[in-house]
Amino acid sequence: MTNKTLYDKLWDAHLVKQRDDGSALIYIDRHIVHEVTSPQAFEGLRLAGRKLWRVDSVLATPDHNVPTTVKERAYGVDGIADPVSKIQVKTLDDNCDSFGITEYKINDRRQGIVHVIGPESGACLPGMTVVCGDSHTATNGALGALAHGIGTSEVEHVLATQCLVAKKMKSMLVRVDGTLGKGVTPKDVVLAIIAKIGTAGGNGYAIEFGGKVFRDMSMEGRMTVCNMAIEAGARAGMVAVDQTTIDYVKGRDFAPRAEHWDAAVAEWRELVSDNNAVFDKVVEIDGSQIGPQVSWGTSPEMVVEIDESVPNPENEKDPVKKSGMERALEYMGLSAGQKIVDISLDRVFIGSCTNSRIEDMRAAAAVVKGRKKAESIKEAIVVPGSGLVKEQAEAEGLDKIFTEAGLEWREPGCSMCLAMNADKLGAGEHCASTSNRNFEGRQGYGGRTHLVSPEMAAAAAIAGHFVDVRQFELEG
Amino acid sequence: MKAFTLHNGIVAPMDRANVDTDMIIPKQFLKSIKRSGFGKNLFDELRYLDEGQPDQSCEGRPLNDEFPLNFPRYKDASILLARENFGCGSSREHAPWALDDYGFRAVIAPSYADIFYNNSFKNGLLPVILADEIVERLFAEMYDVEGYQLSIDLEKQAVITPSGEKFGFEIDDFRKHCLLNGLDDIGLTLEDADAIHAYEKMRREQAPWLFDIVK
Repeated sequence: MTNKTLYDKLWDAHLVKQRDDGSALIYIDRHIVHEVTSPQAFEGLRLAGRKLWRVDSVLATPDHNVPTTVKERAYGVDGIADPVSKIQVKTLDDNCDSFGITEYKINDRRQGIVHVIGPESGACLPGMTVVCGDSHTATNGALGALAHGIGTSEVEHVLATQCLVAKKMKSMLVRVDGTLGKGVTPKDVVLAIIAKIGTAGGNGYAIEFGGKVFRDMSMEGRMTVCNMAIEAGARAGMVAVDQTTIDYVKGRDFAPRAEHWDAAVAEWRELVSDNNAVFDKVVEIDGSQIGPQVSWGTSPEMVVEIDESVPNPENEKDPVKKSGMERALEYMGLSAGQKIVDISLDRVFIGSCTNSRIEDMRAAAAVVKGRKKAESIKEAIVVPGSGLVKEQAEAEGLDKIFTEAGLEWREPGCSMCLAMNADKLGAGEHCASTSNRNFEGRQGYGGRTHLVSPEMAAAAAIAGHFVDVRQFELEG
Repeated sequence: MKAFTLHNGIVAPMDRANVDTDMIIPKQFLKSIKRSGFGKNLFDELRYLDEGQPDQSCEGRPLNDEFPLNFPRYKDASILLARENFGCGSSREHAPWALDDYGFRAVIAPSYADIFYNNSFKNGLLPVILADEIVERLFAEMYDVEGYQLSIDLEKQAVITPSGEKFGFEIDDFRKHCLLNGLDDIGLTLEDADAIHAYEKMRREQAPWLFDIVK
């Protein structure tokens, strides 16, 4: 009987070489590439005359810059109105074509947000190391994989060597036991975790999410949680493999072929922390005490529950934190003591690598079904995470539910999560958003983001302000 | 990569915690396919009073007079003094590219987000970690003295104040070695090509499904 954590097992299985100076070479099984963080890496390879080490390990798709309206998508890359975005998407196409990389191009039905298509296609599997030049790569950790974001220099390094120079992180177990209340979602769980440990709490750690709440959670839910590990400072988040994981992988495009399936499953069953594994840090949270969360400030740790009020900086003793809170209130145009339910909203965004999977679409649709968007909401957009999520949602009639309620049904991409395309907030506008970051200017210059679950965003679209989704559903 | 050995320079403040990479370089500038030219848009939303656009000249844009980097006293700063969790958020390497292109050679803070920290070393930008109370003291000294400079000696792992006081800092041996010598890690890793091939051969036998082609 060993006493290894899941992270130890994943690390050990990928160790190519431990160097004397403490650094190590770690083998990378899957590399996902998008248009924003790759052009300089390909340019670097070209300048040095280097080839790809293993071209068949790379999967690419454009997501950050792609337009989400049917009209602008109709003519593919050539139809992208923003000339700078067009060049970036075109550059990805050219690089993938010339290096022979498989790419789901802009209007391929399999195109989508990198962190949605990785698990969906089966390109990312349990036990793999997965990297991408994007901090939300930890999403894939939900599969029981070691997945994290890397910078562009490392993108180039992995393309050229199939390895990453790394140092082993510390391990943290975040255990959430109990049963979640009605209307409380994986997004609320992860926001509550970030509020507890802080945005820097996970710096230097790989987090394993354990406990009954995660065992009971769907794969989509686990992806939402792992996705936001980076918002707690941790590069990697992961959940142990169980039957839910194996059932999810089975039948996907790149799942192991029939002759390898049993051996793969046998290996994956070992991807759990041993009973006597020791973590460097353990955080425990009672899941039954978590309510629907809403962020009020400009950092994902600035979160309260729906029935609370905006906190008062005067109650904060740490001077650096206090001034941070004051600046956040000023930027957000809120005042201490204001009730969260009294915050009026201008826009609603349902999408992003955090919450754009089929389950998120279903949850939001269930809330708006048969209702109408509030007049005061200028725009509410629903952006599926991939072409396949879109197809599935349409097959279930979810698109009709959204459009009949006055929400817009869009084409897949990162969209308003970071507003690199045309989907953005105007200055001063408040948005109920299912994305992952409420940083200043993130969703548009001067825009004010409130992070919430898909259910809470959908309810806010109907009411025009935040409402407690637990009571909202009862009223309906 | 540019080597970093010893640097002496003017210190400028970024006096808030959790400075995120969206703040360091806003997303519209990430559309560039180049590695250079981001310096004029470093901290764009704080430095200017209007919304910046890619490929736009910044001359004539209205400056935010309250933002320290616009104060004449910090004009030639090359060391940024910051607070905890500097560089949190996205993995964009455009953040260290922008700091470097602006003219910063080092950042001093009590802590950094992991990805930003890692990315900085790949670009010859030294992220120095000093304890909270030392950072607090440096802020006070910097605010007091116009033209305040610090020296950073990477070989000796020390930050030296104008009065000669030395503060040691920790750094991994591998990162230090690469930075002192301006080494390219791809070249170094490829020296271990045999070990990588051997690993692949072993894994291909154990777990052949990992080597199936994605297409």
